[in-house]
Amino acid sequence: MRLELYNNSNCGVAKLEGELDEGCVSEIRKKIDTFIDSNNILQFVFDFSRLSFMDSTGIGMLLGRYKKLKQKNVPVYIAKASGHVDFILNTAGIYTIMQKIS
Amino acid sequence: MNKFSMKLLSKLGNEGFARSCISAFCVELEPSVEQINDIKTAVSEAVTNCIVHAYNGQNDKFIDIIVSLDERKVEIIIEDNGCGIDDVEKAKQPFYTTKPEQERSGMGFTLMQTFMDSVEVTSQKGKGTKVVMQKIIKKD
Repeated sequence: MRLELYNNSNCGVAKLEGELDEGCVSEIRKKIDTFIDSNNILQFVFDFSRLSFMDSTGIGMLLGRYKKLKQKNVPVYIAKASGHVDFILNTAGIYTIMQKIS
Repeated sequence: MNKFSMKLLSKLGNEGFARSCISAFCVELEPSVEQINDIKTAVSEAVTNCIVHAYNGQNDKFIDIIVSLDERKVEIIIEDNGCGIDDVEKAKQPFYTTKPEQERSGMGFTLMQTFMDSVEVTSQKGKGTKVVMQKIIKKD
């Protein structure tokens, strides 16, 4: 799993590459939280264009970041989820709280 | 007809090994990419449950896995000797989790049921849990 975090004019972006599961989630969670706390961001995007696999552990991680960002009134968006990841996000109802963007 | 079994340590990261291994074994049935992803997800959920819930982070316990293929379907048995589940029906409900403080989604069994054709869970308190899942690969 590779994670790239950057601040694009107050839009925080987390680009995940590879497979998101229990084995790597705590490190991903820690890095994203540190980034959120140390940057001035007005919106946040999860870029899943290079994410090939996710299970329910990833859903839990997304919901946790959503709650954290909601406290700061920062909206969360999900970009470019592939077929399988997209299906899981849909099944878990993630798109009802985090808008899908292209 | 083909079959394999393995004994896997309840170590963080082994859910990735289990899903790669089992999905590779199923290739013999010529599944679609989508079917492979379905199997990978269901296996990942079941093995993660063993690591996180059954053994509660103890990484020196074993998970027993048996995979059987026939002409058209795969059967995957994932068994632990961990703490067991109090109420299996409750555990299967979407978003139900006993560990909300760990940011668990409670979607594990829901995803297994979504991606497999059948999922049977038997559990005994203090003894362990057995998950038997089947997926039809070739429909005719």
